[in-house]
Amino acid sequence: MAEGAARRENSLRTAFAAGHFVLTSETTPPASADPAHVIEKVSPLRGLADAVNVTDGAGARVRASVLAVSAVLAQQGIPPILQLTVRDRNRLALQGKVLGGAMVGAVGMLCLTGDAVDQGDEPEAKAVFDTDSAALMRMARTMRDECKLPSGRDLKAAPDLMIGAADLPREPSPDFKPDALRAKIGSGADFVQTQYAFDLDLLRRYMAFLMDEGLAQQTKFLIGIGPIASARSARWMNENLYGVHIPDPMIARLEGASDQRAEGKKICVELLHELRDIPGVAGAHLMAPNQEAACAEVIAESGLLDTRV
Amino acid sequence: MYAVRKWSVTHARGLNRFYTLFEKAVVGFAPLFRAIGYDRLERPVAAVEHGEKSLLIDCQMCGQCALSSTGMSCPMNCPKSIRNGPCGGVRPNGMCEVKPEMRCVWVEAWRGAGTMGEAPIMEVQPAIDQSLKGRSSWLKVAREKSAAGEAE
Repeated sequence: MAEGAARRENSLRTAFAAGHFVLTSETTPPASADPAHVIEKVSPLRGLADAVNVTDGAGARVRASVLAVSAVLAQQGIPPILQLTVRDRNRLALQGKVLGGAMVGAVGMLCLTGDAVDQGDEPEAKAVFDTDSAALMRMARTMRDECKLPSGRDLKAAPDLMIGAADLPREPSPDFKPDALRAKIGSGADFVQTQYAFDLDLLRRYMAFLMDEGLAQQTKFLIGIGPIASARSARWMNENLYGVHIPDPMIARLEGASDQRAEGKKICVELLHELRDIPGVAGAHLMAPNQEAACAEVIAESGLLDTRV
Repeated sequence: MYAVRKWSVTHARGLNRFYTLFEKAVVGFAPLFRAIGYDRLERPVAAVEHGEKSLLIDCQMCGQCALSSTGMSCPMNCPKSIRNGPCGGVRPNGMCEVKPEMRCVWVEAWRGAGTMGEAPIMEVQPAIDQSLKGRSSWLKVAREKSAAGEAE
């Protein structure tokens, strides 16, 4: 780490370095100005998730700012991972957010393109796209590792953030080339959080492929999963979320359960245990819109934290 | 072209009168446009509009022309593309803060508006609809005004 870096220990980096099966989760800020609305959602995750992503204007909908909500999480003792899209800000604003994020206690940042504005609250808005997510990662890496701005100007203290990228597990067909992922790793991705991967057979093939390519070894893969609320919600996800495939037997199992919500959590716990044995997988990223408490319960019930030394 | 752009502002009143008549004609053609189909007309009309307005006012094809409210000085030529100006950076000699060799677009706008009698420049322009960029403002006017006319 560069001289002048903030001296506070980065708990996410420590968890990876200790070889733990890292568990992150996610919260979407409320359309509210009251921090109580953040606290009531995220507090179940305290002491359970290693870090919690704060989404950034997901779906191009207006919500409380990612920096402010990250500050609230940090105050609550929950290490935040700042999600940053290049949709809403030019590089000046992004670099400021990288510094501000580290200042309020974020342990990581997930660099994203951002959903298109035409489906959101303000379809007439200007989509900025001054830069792209790989360039954002490079900017953050320069700031952290060289303690200076991309312009060359020195920083008084470097932002100690782990840099993250998003990925989508897919069938490693013969014509598939993981160029985008390779570029992200080359741009400084310390960790990768994936879209939902409920189809573990596919995931095993994908990870084996990335191991063969030598890519999985160069970063930390956190696989996206979550407690599915019901068979209906599983079908909805299959139809509406890009790249998501929940296998039919899993949906049938949810449908046949007397308490679908509880079954969803049970499935998620089982998946966590299976993920731990897949080579190249460093942890899991638990997502469930507006169900932070359910994610917390899954982590607690999995017993994975008890095995840590 | 900068010289022509300046001429347009100097002759804002006449130009505005011409555009008012032109707009009436465009709205009059609305049934024909509808028959041909607005989507099919979009590209050729936008191209003609771009050619004509580029010459007269250095048009940037924002797709929501505000010229008659801005003294025939196109606000999209402002380096900050502000729709209500001038900004606080305008130089005492009326030149642009960002491009010192250029007259402030909004100083020009107020000059042009001054010749036009009424002062629609006093009306605050709404934030720009970015999704209209590159589209024809003439067709937009034809579509909206003819629809409004029918609704009355």
